[in-house]
Amino acid sequence: MKEFFESFRLAVGALLSRKGRSFLTILGIVIGVAGVIIIVALGAGAQSLVLSQITNLGTNLLGILPGKSNETGPPAAVFGVQVTTLTAADAAAIADKNRAPHVMAVAAFARGNVTAVWRDSSVDTNFSATQASFPRVQNVSVEQGRFFDEREERVGAPVIVLGSEVADELFGGSPAIGEVVKIKQLPFQVIGVMKKQGSIAFENQDDQVFIPLTVGQRQILGINHLQFIRLKVDDAANLQSTRGDVEQILREQHGILDSDNDDFSVRDLADAINVLTSITDGLRLFLVAMAGIALVVGGIGIMNIMLVTVAERTREIGLRKSLGATKGNIRNQFLFESGTVTLAGGFVGIIFGSLVSYAVALVARRLGYEWAFIISPLSIIMAVGVSILTGIVFGLYPAFKAAKLDPIEALRYE
Amino acid sequence: MEKILIEVKHLHKDYKTEDVVTSVLRDINLTIASGEFVSIMGPSGSGKSTLMHILGFLDRPTSGDYLFEGINMLEFEDDTLAAIRNERIGFVFQSFNLLPRTTVLDNVKLPLLYSRKSRDEQAAVKALESVGLAHRMNYFTNQISGGEKQRAAIARALVNNPSVIFADEPTGNLDSRSGKAVMDILQTLNEQGHTIILVTHEMDTARHGKRLVRLKDGQIVGDSAIPDRIRAHDGVELQKTK
Repeated sequence: MKEFFESFRLAVGALLSRKGRSFLTILGIVIGVAGVIIIVALGAGAQSLVLSQITNLGTNLLGILPGKSNETGPPAAVFGVQVTTLTAADAAAIADKNRAPHVMAVAAFARGNVTAVWRDSSVDTNFSATQASFPRVQNVSVEQGRFFDEREERVGAPVIVLGSEVADELFGGSPAIGEVVKIKQLPFQVIGVMKKQGSIAFENQDDQVFIPLTVGQRQILGINHLQFIRLKVDDAANLQSTRGDVEQILREQHGILDSDNDDFSVRDLADAINVLTSITDGLRLFLVAMAGIALVVGGIGIMNIMLVTVAERTREIGLRKSLGATKGNIRNQFLFESGTVTLAGGFVGIIFGSLVSYAVALVARRLGYEWAFIISPLSIIMAVGVSILTGIVFGLYPAFKAAKLDPIEALRYE
Repeated sequence: MEKILIEVKHLHKDYKTEDVVTSVLRDINLTIASGEFVSIMGPSGSGKSTLMHILGFLDRPTSGDYLFEGINMLEFEDDTLAAIRNERIGFVFQSFNLLPRTTVLDNVKLPLLYSRKSRDEQAAVKALESVGLAHRMNYFTNQISGGEKQRAAIARALVNNPSVIFADEPTGNLDSRSGKAVMDILQTLNEQGHTIILVTHEMDTARHGKRLVRLKDGQIVGDSAIPDRIRAHDGVELQKTK
């Protein structure tokens, strides 16, 4: 115990007497540990944000995507594959109460990017060509005016509903309702402005416009198929049975006998959450591996500097041996020093990493995201443990080298 | 007759390099009693430092016997020898070997760190008092003079109250006045009962001892008492320890 405290005092003294070098030595460890802390904190923050946004949508939603994909993998469209098998007729079939009794509302979507023009101002935005049922499916409401109705959808009326951000950018403060906005030279009358929603799953919901499905498909996109269908189930308890109903309907619609040949996939929010979690987990693992590499590089730096220290202090080692230090005493002294260096680096890294994570959380909150500032105790314990371990592992070779020195040779060393 | 502290019989030490064997010590026979002040003198290369290293358990002989307080020490493990160095031996080196960026007191305390016996800081303070350096104990080692450094090193050698103090050219890096002061301390310590073995190549330093062992080409070529009439007594009385 006496040796322990005395070793600690000597190690701290040795570090403080060479402040510049000690700082440079711990820098690698600081970066590695700060990296781990930041990555873990940001990962947790981003995940909580995405999850809260998804659950805001409502938990009794089903989504239908064209093309087959497995449960947790990304849909085919992510890879740029155009699948044209999903149509408005499918959406109508699903909406049939006799075939899927628990479906409350269905909305089909065809989407794209457009430039909306009003007088001299224009704005690049996303458009969703969808159905009158959209606000009921997705728990959204209109701030001013109204959403288009079933008649307008059926006849393909040239009407448009603006997202709140698009309305602000095009019209500033002036009233938008009744004005005519042009998209691809076609005039659309503004009949409503949506309530502000923020981002959901990294997509800004306020930066888009809504037009009736057929108009969007034929006049703007020039297609007949859909990108996806969303539907709302009356109760979350009926989610799985409805999923079966929907799959059955679509197989009949598409003349598919074997589920292995499905040309669509039905997803619920649990699936979506799983996909996102698996993506962010993978990303996090990768980043933690990068931070691990930084720690190894930092550790090699420690080993290097400890070897220099041992060489510089050869006479001191000889002296200590002549005063009665055993090999073990010398080895422990140098292990203690490298452990102390990396522990100091670990502490600085924890503080630095926490500050950066906090700053990111502050900025994200200012930008309107519900970003949680999470520093898990586990990541701090891990950081401290890993930094001490790095010091000891990479300090072993220099320490054994010091312990093995012949006292006479060491005392003669110039 | 005082009790025998060190007894060496037919001691040999060879160094091997590649294919050449160099014989550094040849058939050394030496007996030193407790309380002696022995000067081992010889030109450089005579093997005097090697002999001191073996006597001080820093090195092992190639052959021969070494009895320390009647016990054959050559069978012990390295760690046991380290413990004996710590408790029974004090070293004083030509180049002081004090730790830099460390206070005088911490330097003197260093042997206590490796000691199995628990001694406190008081032992270090007492050792510093006995060499007249207590007023410098909180100075850093780069803030004191060469003579003071060597006195601090002597205090460090004393702190565990050893059976014998080995001094290897203790005045070699000092001006003559500081050198004399250091030798006076060693003489005073000897008068107080400490056994001292001095290694030097200068007669002026060697004649502070009571017995002179001459070494040449690895062999003892002379062993005699130093008569009082030529024995150096510079007369600078140091404050005796309480």
